[in-house]
Amino acid sequence: MKPSVEASQVSVTLAGVRAVAEVELAAEPGEWLALIGPNGAGKTSLLRALAGLAPVTGTIRLNGLSYAGHQRRELARVVALVPQLPETPPALTVAEYVLLGRTPHIGYLGAERHADRLAAARAIDRLNLRAFIHRELGSLSGGERQRVVLARALAQAAPILLLDEPTSALDLGRQQEALELVDELRRQEGLTVISAMHDLSLAGQYADQLVLLDCGRIVAQGSPHEVLTEATIAACYGAEVRILHDRGAVFVLPTRTVRT
Amino acid sequence: MSIEGGHAETAIELAALAPGPLEPVGARGLPALWTFGALGFLIGALLVGLTVGPFPIGAWAIVEAAVSHLPLLHVHSPLTPLQSAIVWQVRAPRVALGGLVGAMLAVAGSAYQGTFRNPLADPYLLGVSEGAGAGATILIAFFPSAAGTELLPLAAFVGAVVAVTAAYLLGSSVARAGGTGALILAGVTVAAFMTAVQTFLQQRQTQTLQQVYAWILGGLSGATWHEVALAAPWMVLSAAVLLSHRRILDVLTVGDEEAGSLGLNVKRTRLLIVVAATVGTSAAVAVSGLIGFVGIIVPHTVRLLVSSSYRAIVPLSLLIGAGFLVLADVIARTVLSPAELPIGVVTAFFGAPFFAIVLRHSRWVGL
Repeated sequence: MKPSVEASQVSVTLAGVRAVAEVELAAEPGEWLALIGPNGAGKTSLLRALAGLAPVTGTIRLNGLSYAGHQRRELARVVALVPQLPETPPALTVAEYVLLGRTPHIGYLGAERHADRLAAARAIDRLNLRAFIHRELGSLSGGERQRVVLARALAQAAPILLLDEPTSALDLGRQQEALELVDELRRQEGLTVISAMHDLSLAGQYADQLVLLDCGRIVAQGSPHEVLTEATIAACYGAEVRILHDRGAVFVLPTRTVRT
Repeated sequence: MSIEGGHAETAIELAALAPGPLEPVGARGLPALWTFGALGFLIGALLVGLTVGPFPIGAWAIVEAAVSHLPLLHVHSPLTPLQSAIVWQVRAPRVALGGLVGAMLAVAGSAYQGTFRNPLADPYLLGVSEGAGAGATILIAFFPSAAGTELLPLAAFVGAVVAVTAAYLLGSSVARAGGTGALILAGVTVAAFMTAVQTFLQQRQTQTLQQVYAWILGGLSGATWHEVALAAPWMVLSAAVLLSHRRILDVLTVGDEEAGSLGLNVKRTRLLIVVAATVGTSAAVAVSGLIGFVGIIVPHTVRLLVSSSYRAIVPLSLLIGAGFLVLADVIARTVLSPAELPIGVVTAFFGAPFFAIVLRHSRWVGL
C-alpha cells in the first residue's frame, strides 16, 4: 500500500539550531504513529513541519501531495493539526468554532454552504457535543474543549490527523477518553494519526508504530515492543524504568533504586 | 387505553431516545434586530445632522425635498432656494463626510483588532496618523501656498501610507512568520520618528504652527462635496475589502499557527487587511485630521453587546461608527456655536462614559 505520510531526509532548522535532522518515516493509511522522545527532542518541530508550518529541507508527501508543489489550501484538505495548546476564543460558540474547520473547503471570501454546515454537525455528533452547540468555548471544561478541538479537526475532513500531546492538559480518565475517541475515529473514518506523546505507556498501547527522537534524530523506530526497551529509554531519557508486558501491551514504569 | 395507543406511546418514546436527524449547524452571523437597529440609528443620525443648525429646517421637509429629486413621483420640494442650499451644499457634505469617516475608522479598527488579535489596536496602530501629520506639516512648511489646496490631503495621505509601509517592512523583517508583537513595536518606532520630524519642522517655522495644529486637531468644518468625492472612493474600496474578509477575521482568531493549518496564508492575508485598512484610514485622516476613540469603542461596543464574531462586528461597526460620528459632529458644531469644538473632544467626552457603562455591564471575554 502507498504510505499516506512519507518524510524523507526531513530537517528543520530554527534560529540556527537543528531541531529535526534527516528524519525518515512513513505511515500507512489508517496507521497510528506516535512520536516519542525527551523534552526538546524535536517532536513538535517535526509535527509542525508535517503541517507545513516550519521551514523544511527534504521532502514531505501527504497523500501524494507536497508543500512545494501544491497550495496550502489543498494540503489543509489532507492534513489537520491539533496543537498542544489550541487557541480557543472564549466567546465563540462550539458550532462557530467547529465550522472554522471547514475553511479549506470554502472559497477565500466565500461563506459556508449547506454541505459545510452538515459536515460540522456530523463532526459535532461524532464527538457527542450536540448538547453544547450553542455553548461558548469559555464555559467548557478542559476535557470538553479537547473534544471540541477534535471536532474541528474532524470537520476539516482530512485523512491525516496530527496531534501534539493530545492529552497533556487532561486528567487520567479524560486522557483515556480522548485517546479512545481518537482510536475510534481512526478505525471508523480510516484516519492516519501521527501524534507526539509524552506518556510512553499510553503511546505503547495506542500506537502501531513508535518513532523515538532524541536531539532531532531518530534513535529507534518500530513496534512498541521493539522501541520500548529498558536500554533505549535509559540512554535517551536518562531514566531508570522497567518494561512490563501484559496482555500484548507494553508498559513503561519508572522505578527507583532503593538505597540501603 | 387501547393496545394500539400503548404501542404508539412506546414508539414516540423510542423516537425521543434515538438520535434525531442531522441538522446543519451555523454561525450566529448578523442578527436581524441589531442590523435594523443600527440602520435606524444611522438614518436618525443623518436626519439630525441635516436638520440641526443655527437655521432650523424640519426633518420632514428635508425628506420631502430628497424625495422630490426622485423621478416619476412629482413631489415638490418645500424648501426655499436658501434652505435648499444650506441643506445640500453646507450640511449634507459635512454629514456625508462624517458618516464616511466614522464608518471607515470603526471598520478599520475592528479589522486591526482582529488581525492583530489585540483589543487595543486602532486604525492608528502602525503610524497612520503620525505619518499623515508629518506629510501635512512638510507641505505646509515648505509649500505654504499649497496648504489650502487639495494637495494638503494628498500630502497627508502619502505620509500615512509611507509610515505604515515602513512599519510593516521593519516589523515583518524581524518577526518570525506570523508574530504581531514586532509589527506593533515597529509601528511605535516609525510613529515616534514621524512625530520627531513633524515637531522639528513645526518648531522651526513657528508661523505655520496654527495652521498645522488646526489640521491635526481635525474636524469636519468646511467639508465640501469636492472633499467627499476625493476621499470616498478610497474609503468605499477599503471598507468593501474589509467587509468581505469578515469570515477570514474569524479564522484568524484561532491564532496564526492554526489558521495556517486551516489552509490560510496568514502573512499574505494580514498584509492585505493592513493595506486595505491603511488606504481607507489614510483617506479619512487626510480629509478630517485625527479623530480618536471611534476605532476603539465602536467595535468593542458591538463585541460586548452583540457577538464576538467578525461577521457581526465588521458590518455593525460600519453602521454604528457612521451614525456615531455624524452625531458627534452635530454636537461639535452646536454647543459652542458659532465656534466649533474639535470633534475628537466630543467622541471622547460622550464615548468614554458610554463605553464605561457597556464595559461595566458586560462580561469581558477578550477578543
